[in-house]
Amino acid sequence: MLTKRIIPCLDIKDGRTVKGVNFVDLRDAGDPVELAQRYANEGADELVFLDISATEQKRKTLAELVFHVAEKLNIPFTVGGGIASVEDVDILLKNGADKVSINSSAVKRPELINELVAKFGSQCIVVAIDAKQLEGNWKVHLVGGKVPTELDLFEWAKEVEQRGAGEILFTSMDNDGTKNGFANKALARLSEELNIPIIASGGAGTIAHFSETFKTGRSDAALAASVFHFKEIEIKDLKNTLKKEGIPVRI
Amino acid sequence: MGLVIIDYGAGNIQSIKFAFQRLGIQAQLSNDIETIQSADKVIFPGVGEASSAMKKLIQSGLNTLIPELRQPVLGICLGMQLMCNSSEEGNTKGLGVFDLDVVKFNSGVKVPQIGWNKIGNLKSPLFQGLNEDYIYLVHSFYAPKGTETIATSTYGLEYSAALRKDNFYGTQFHPEKSGVYGNKILANFLSIK
Repeated sequence: MLTKRIIPCLDIKDGRTVKGVNFVDLRDAGDPVELAQRYANEGADELVFLDISATEQKRKTLAELVFHVAEKLNIPFTVGGGIASVEDVDILLKNGADKVSINSSAVKRPELINELVAKFGSQCIVVAIDAKQLEGNWKVHLVGGKVPTELDLFEWAKEVEQRGAGEILFTSMDNDGTKNGFANKALARLSEELNIPIIASGGAGTIAHFSETFKTGRSDAALAASVFHFKEIEIKDLKNTLKKEGIPVRI
Repeated sequence: MGLVIIDYGAGNIQSIKFAFQRLGIQAQLSNDIETIQSADKVIFPGVGEASSAMKKLIQSGLNTLIPELRQPVLGICLGMQLMCNSSEEGNTKGLGVFDLDVVKFNSGVKVPQIGWNKIGNLKSPLFQGLNEDYIYLVHSFYAPKGTETIATSTYGLEYSAALRKDNFYGTQFHPEKSGVYGNKILANFLSIK
């Protein structure tokens, strides 16, 4: 049986992990490679690296990081953040990324999804969608959720699927940072209306939130950052609890 | 000539190279027919779309070379699928090593299957000393069960997670991305004579 995936997300700036990370026993808490290995050993099913740097050197630095992560990591990982062209994706995949995630660039030019799928295959193209509710309707937002668009979440998600994306990473800006749980109603509707895997993101605070998003939210995977970085939730405890509740997980 | 990973422009071969590096083996990437022929062992990778990958094989003459190889060959993911008779993806012919036709998942499951699933019914030296465990997969198409099946997995239905015919092995999953368990499968492949 296919298991539900637990995905820690690492924010990267200029090749280094950002946000305070309190793994006291790490030699270098800012080293993404060491942190990635640590998560893999603890039972993470996959990792996401989100590059938030905006320097001229960004491309080269990110490609080098991907190379070093791939060298050490024996689980899959996705790279996202500012990816805007076939060339960008080519460099990352050649350096060892398993998947890439695109966001704003797909909204600005949806054909990019088709182009990437034609060249690299659906299996490595994740489309990330940030959305929040405006007057009761889920609207897609850009630039990390700051800029609203006219796009409806569910219509955009369907278009993303039709254009060939292999997976959707949906972040609810209403839930992100609240630690009050994932946007399970919207997630369940995405799973109802689409036939590609959905990764839930935004709102993880407790183990119960993961359980709820797999049950009522019908999510295929759940992504979180701070609860893992700050050790508020240990992946082993999380997976043991999920297993006891009858949710299929890899232990 | 040691271990050669066939480099025909279809797939994330860097990950496979790194996985063997972690086992202490330096693999060579090549699409040169003589280099591949003289290798002790050959990895045939592949991700992406079947018919375009098949076209690349034909362009480089690898379509006739691969089925004639005598050393242990391991096809991974799309590599395994291309070693079958045909694939429904792009309606392409395959290399005809495995007597199976690859078809699309169509049984009320999300497609692609992405993530960790369990393999069982393990046979052959590839799984020597191993019990059933989780492996990582990403695929929309699958090879049904057949007489050459050496591992099965279930996603809506039971399908071939690995195949073997003589010196040819294939895994639908990515051993290079399947954690410690995947490393052991690659190590087993290296010890096949």
